[in-house]
This record gives sequence, structure tokens and C-alpha cells, in this order.
Amino acid sequence: MRGIIGYSGYVPWWRLEREAIGAAHGASAGKGTRAVASYDEDATSMGVEAARLALRPLGEEARDRIERLVFSTTAPAYLDKTNATAIHAALRLDRQASAFDAVGSVRSATGALLDALTIDGRTSLVVSADLRGGLPNSADEQEGGDGAAAFIIGNDELVGSPATRFAGAAAVGATEIGRGVGDNNSPGAAGTGGAFGPVIAEFLGSASTTEEFVDRWRLPGELRSRTWEERFGETRYVPLATEAWKLAIDAASLDPATVSWIAVAGPHGRACRQVAAKLHEWVGGGARSPGVDLNLTVGNTGAAQAGLSLAAVLDEAAPGEVIGLVSVADGADVIFFRATDAIVHWRPYRTVAQQIEAGRAGLPYLKFLAWKGMVTPQHPNRPEPARPSSSAAARNRDWKFGFVGSVDRSSGAVHLPPARVSFQGGAIDEMDPCPMAEVQGTIVTYTVDRLAYSPSPPIVFAVVDFDGGGRLPVELTDVDASEISIGDRVEMTFRRLFTADGIHNYFWKAKPVR
Amino acid sequence: MGSHGIKDKVAIVGMGCTPFREHWDKGADDLLVDAAQEACRSAGVVQADIDAFWLGTAQTGMSGITLAAPLKLRDRPVTRVENFCASGSEALRQAAYAVASGAYDVAMAIGVEKVKDSGYQGLNAFPIPNDGTQRTLTAAAMFSLVAPAYANKYGVEEDKLKEILARIAWKNHFNGARNPLAQFRRELSLETICKAVPVAGCLGVFDCAGVADGAAAAIVVRAEDANRYTDKPLYIKALSFVAGSGSGLIDPDYDYTTFPEVVACAADAYAQAGISDPRHQIAMAEVHDCFTPTELVLMEDLGFSNRGEAWKDVEAGVFDLHGELPVNPDGGLKSFGHPVGASGLRMHFENWLQLRGEAPEERQIVLDPARPFGLVQNLGGYPGEMVCFVSVLGTEPG
Repeated sequence: MRGIIGYSGYVPWWRLEREAIGAAHGASAGKGTRAVASYDEDATSMGVEAARLALRPLGEEARDRIERLVFSTTAPAYLDKTNATAIHAALRLDRQASAFDAVGSVRSATGALLDALTIDGRTSLVVSADLRGGLPNSADEQEGGDGAAAFIIGNDELVGSPATRFAGAAAVGATEIGRGVGDNNSPGAAGTGGAFGPVIAEFLGSASTTEEFVDRWRLPGELRSRTWEERFGETRYVPLATEAWKLAIDAASLDPATVSWIAVAGPHGRACRQVAAKLHEWVGGGARSPGVDLNLTVGNTGAAQAGLSLAAVLDEAAPGEVIGLVSVADGADVIFFRATDAIVHWRPYRTVAQQIEAGRAGLPYLKFLAWKGMVTPQHPNRPEPARPSSSAAARNRDWKFGFVGSVDRSSGAVHLPPARVSFQGGAIDEMDPCPMAEVQGTIVTYTVDRLAYSPSPPIVFAVVDFDGGGRLPVELTDVDASEISIGDRVEMTFRRLFTADGIHNYFWKAKPVR
Repeated sequence: MGSHGIKDKVAIVGMGCTPFREHWDKGADDLLVDAAQEACRSAGVVQADIDAFWLGTAQTGMSGITLAAPLKLRDRPVTRVENFCASGSEALRQAAYAVASGAYDVAMAIGVEKVKDSGYQGLNAFPIPNDGTQRTLTAAAMFSLVAPAYANKYGVEEDKLKEILARIAWKNHFNGARNPLAQFRRELSLETICKAVPVAGCLGVFDCAGVADGAAAAIVVRAEDANRYTDKPLYIKALSFVAGSGSGLIDPDYDYTTFPEVVACAADAYAQAGISDPRHQIAMAEVHDCFTPTELVLMEDLGFSNRGEAWKDVEAGVFDLHGELPVNPDGGLKSFGHPVGASGLRMHFENWLQLRGEAPEERQIVLDPARPFGLVQNLGGYPGEMVCFVSVLGTEPG
């Protein structure tokens, strides 16, 4: 059996109310909110966050099982240079695991997922992330959203019952990591032996249709996409999708009436609604859509939308339920899954619905525009940071990208960053690597720096003590400075600190546990 | 530890200090010439009488040529030293050791910083290529971490602590108003200080040292030669330096209410000088008041106040100009601003004036034979990762 072994969506913290767009322009901009990547997030960093959430319930060992990583976005942080390698580094995947980008178009994300399901037996991590917007007051700005999704695709090699596997994993993980972890915070491990899995959503079959026409396009480097008259795309997409659906039903040998969930994603909103209506009608009205209304809360996350929708469905799906994922972009791709018995034992670290619920509304519209590069506000009059050194960054890869410190074997003292000589006892070269990215901490003291350079001042900064040892003075993010206090709990998040000389400086920050 | 010091082996026989200002019309070369000339006049020597030079500067220039070129020194050794904000003190330490060793008869320690040519407010460190994971906070933010930690540990209400910190700034401004070399010569009310624009954490703009250009210099000789140059030499009783390991940043036991580097450095200096009761043996202290919480904690780390009680001593006026133990009688970094390489020598300059009874009358402290020592404490870096210098000085040998 091949299918989904783990998954997660990622929705950034900030929300822009569409009314705020309308108010700024003296126009109507619709209801609800859109999710907004913080100023320190990009497609790569959000991809890391989604992948961390997907891997977390599988335990520390799961990262060693990933044989290939594919990353999709329409908003790559780099061209020419592969973006997936930063995700590979942040997740500390095996050196022999390949990492590829499939970037540029919305459809590439579904293509990457489909490839992972059909190409071969290798365990794949398929990550999609996107930042969507357009010119101020455009439909794309209002209806777009930022987010990510990640899926671990592989073969079910399960021996024993799923319950044993996941439960055992959590116990093994806690022992291996050896730190105090809460119930909701137990890193598990994939278990012992060569087996991996279980598959929680079995791949049943798929079909694609393709047609060349220009409905939505953007030249490289442009800040916004352009679209043809809406009706034209609708007349192309609806037949493409329905045709692919029928082919996929046949490929999976399914009775349409057994389809329990239908998730339709694509950049052409009107076409997607038409397709969804038609498919729901075809299956006899018994199928559900994702329980959370992503359009009303997150917005259309482009290359991540199909993945985020599928993640939202999997958060709710029961064993035996058939899920139809329909991606409508430059053609149509339909993929069918069936939730397995194992899904009842899958405990998402954070469901899509929980992340939507935890969002912070009220992002000022001008701040949104600044974050999107549409306006340039005055910064404190301080020198901008220098570009990070490529050689230093490469040398310190495990620290910078993986947040791996070191722990002194003799004293147990944790060193952040890793050191050769222990500050406790002075032992030399007696250190083991100490992965800290999934360890939570507590704020010891904090401050707000109104003078220092930041892409979005002020800097909120705290001294954080990690559970089980280790201290780091570190920048906070996704935080309201007026709401933090000593004793607050934080967790680490992978961010883009700044960009200098075209080099994105990725590192970790802390954010409140929500 | 084999730290023996050079008590009474070396004396300062001349000093000079430029006004600390936004010297838009003077470059580092001008400031160096001014300070060097004044120090020479003070010691009654000419430049050619000086055998060796130590130049302290953080980032105004590299190599000894930074001094040799403007002074047009001929065939003299010049060593440029850098030790963060204690670079000027470090220059003095090296010059004193060189003279004590017998290698040279007369040495000059000189410090300079031309800060105001950067086009930015504040001090900005020269970027060294790195992996991009370093903190990018301002010094103000790093030192602001001390205030809530101190308030919390000793049960001082936050508003009360803010008032105490303001009193430190008020005192230093009071003193600076009586110093023609100071950058800021205006007394400020407690209310003005408390209501200032926030910079970082609870620190307002008046909790922070200013930024200025300046230079200062000292001429040192072996103690036995001192009277050839002056009737009133200033003997070096102790020179101590500690470069912290940075462990405070990563050690969960560090609580941000003390600077362990200062405690260790002061202990070494007191041992060298033979001081057992600093609160009652020291006449005055020039300390590194880069931010008001720094001076508060220093009072405890230097042993002037008991742990957790410096705030009470500050409130009681113990460290006022005419208090029991005047601290920063020249106005401190608060009034002078902080030309990094010059500040340590500026602190020694105030000891030079005060202990020898040559400070202007309006700020001359009362000299008491029971308190024969002056102290300089100069630091660089941040809480948790700091260098510290402490010297002890006195007008009488023995």
C-alpha cells in the first residue's frame, strides 16, 4: 500500500481583514480574512514549518527515512539556487536524500504530489508553500493567502497494529530526546526495525488533463499576476476537471457514490466553485467539503492550496472514507485517497482548524503592504546588516539551519550555539550534537529594541531557557510586545531574518506556544 | 592565580583630555594631536621624549600608524590595541606594563574614537563576516534586560526602579554640568528623565550614554622617576582585566542582576592594591555608566553596596558628588558620551584631577586621608558577554 504517512498544513499567524483593504481604498473588499506571512517568512521558511509539523508526530527518526524532498511554490525565495536545500538543512534530512524545486506555477505542487505517489517506492516529502497577492485593491490581494502544506508519501511497511506503532513511537521518542515534554509535545520516533508507516491515506488512483491556454500569467520578477476575462477560463476549466474526475474514478475503480470528501483547489475561483458544485452533484450530494472555509479565513494559497485543503480534510477524515482532491490549474489533476484504519491514531500536532483559530487579526493594512514590498516605510537610522558569509553559514549549517547545539557528555550542559569547550567543567571536544528545534522553552527576561535595525521594527527579544537545559538570547516573532511576560512558553520557528546582497539570512526565532 | 600587579611601580605623570563633543570640524588626527600635546605639556616633556606608544581605538583606525602618522613619530613603536569599550584602559595597562618591565622609560597611552563620521546614531560595530546567526540588538536593549531582572529579584517595584535609574542619570548630569569638557552640560529633572522617549525595554533616551568624539592620553614612567616630571604623580596601585567567556549568554544560571566579569576583575584589583573595604577606602570611582542599570549593578559588583541594596544607596545619595563615595564626579559616559577608545583614559583623567586636588572647585570632591584610592571601572560588551577593566590609583606610594 502506498499513500500518505504524515501530513500537515501551515497557516501563518497574521490575518488581514478584507474590510481593512476596503476601508483603505474606499471600496468593498469582501468578508473574512486572509492569512499573511510575517515579514520574516517566505515560501521556504513556511515550507519548513509545514514539514516540521508533518514530521513531528512521526518522531525524530522519521527525518532519516525521507529519501527525496520536492518543494513547490510560485514565489521562490531564490531562482537558479535550489530552495529545497534550505528545507533539507532545516529538517536535518539525510545527506543522500535528494532535494528538488518544482517552482513557478501553481500546478507544479499537485504535480510533485502526484509524482511522489506514482513514480516509485521511495519515501518522499512533498512540500508546497506560497505567498499570494497582487497590486493594492486587486482581487488577488483580497482573495489570496499565504500558507504551506507538507506530505510524507511512502509505502506501508507496517508490522503490528497502528495503535502500537504510534504509541510506541511517542514513548521511544521521549526517551531518546530525554527532555521534559508535555502531552501535546512528545516527539515520537518511527519505531524500530526497517518498517515505516503506517499509511493513513491510501493512494487509490489519479488522472490528469492538460490544455494550453492563457488565463492567468506573470512574468518573472513581476509583483502581480494578470488574468484574462474570467468567463474564458471557466469554460476551459470545468470540462478539463470533470473529464479528469471521470478518468480518475475509472483509474481508481471507484463507485462515485462512495466519495466522502471533495476538495477543489485552483487559482480560478469561479471555475473551482463550478467544478465543486458539479462534482458534489455527481456523487449524489453525500460528500463533504473541508470543514474549515479556507477562502473565508486563509485565502487562496496558490501552490499550497490543494495541499492545505487536503490537510484540512485529513484532519477530519474517518477510516474508510474516500477523498477526492481536484486541482484545477492549466489543466486538471484528480487524486483519490482512502483513509485507512491507522488515521484514527494520527494525532496532528496542530490541525489546520487550530491554526486558523489561533490567528491574529488586525494586521494594519499599511504594514501588510510594507511586508509585501508594496510600500517602503522609514526604518530606524541604523546600518543595515551585512550579508551572511556563505562559507561560515555552510560550516555552521547544522546550527544555522537545523538549530542543533551541542551537549557536553560530562556535565550535560547544553551549548547554543555548539561549542568545542564546555562552559561547565571545561571538557574539550566531549560534545554530542543536540537538536533543539523541537524543544520548547520559557522566557526568563525580555526587552523591546526600538533602535536596532529590523525589516519590521521594533525587535522583541527574550532570554529563553529550554526545557531540559540550554539558554539562548533570541529574537521573538509572531508576538505582540504588550502581551508577553516572564514565564511565557515559547517554541522555535524557522525564519528569514533579513536579506542582504540578495542572500536570504535564514535562522531560528522563538514564538509563543499557541 | 599568579596575578601580582605592579603596585607603586609605575606612575602617571601627565594627562590630557580633549573636550568630548560632536567634533564635526575635527578628525581623529586632530583629536590625537590635541590629547597628545596636552599630555606632554602636563608632564613637561616633548613628543621626542616618549619612547613607546599604545593607542586604544575600537574602530577609528588600524595599526600603530593611526597614531604615528598624525604625530609624525620617528622610529617609535606604536601598538594599536582594541578591547571593546575598554580599549583606552587597555592601552594604559599595556603602556604601564612596558614601563614596569624596564623596556622603556617613558610611554604614552592614548585613546581616540571618531564616532560621529558614520552617519548613524549610536555606536555601530564593524561587521566581521559571520554565519548570520548573531544577535543584532543594540547595546541599550542588551543592558535593558538587567532592569526587570533586578526589580524582580530584589522586589523593587518597576516604577520605583525607574525612579532609581533616573536618579543615576540625574546625578551624572548634575556632575557633568560642572565639567567644561563634558558633551552635555545641562542638569535634568527627574521628571524629564523619566518621561523621555523609549529606546529599549524600560530605558528612555536619558538612561543611555551619549555619543561623542574625543581623545585622552596619559604619560607613564617608572615610579622612581616620577618626581622628575611632577610633584604630584598618580601611582598605579592596580590594573586588572577580565575577558568574559560569554557563558552568561548560554548559562541558565546567569540571572542578569550582576556582571561576573566585573566581580572577578574588581577582586583581582583590590588584591593588587590591598583594598579590603572598598566602600570605605575608596575616595571616588569613575565607572562605566553606559546605561543607568549598568551603574546600578556596578555599585554592587564593585563592592560599594551590598547585594540588592545599591538602589537604596542610590536613593540615599551615597554616590552623589558630595556623597559618601562620589561616583562619576566628571559626569560619566552619561555627560561625556562614549568615544569608545578614549573613554577609559577620560575616566583616569578625572582621577588625575580629583585625587591631586586639581578639579574645578565646583566639582572637587573632599579628599580624606582615610580614603586614599581612586578607582576606574571600564567595560565592553554586554551582560553575559563582557570585558572588564579595573584600575586603582593613589597619590601616595605604599
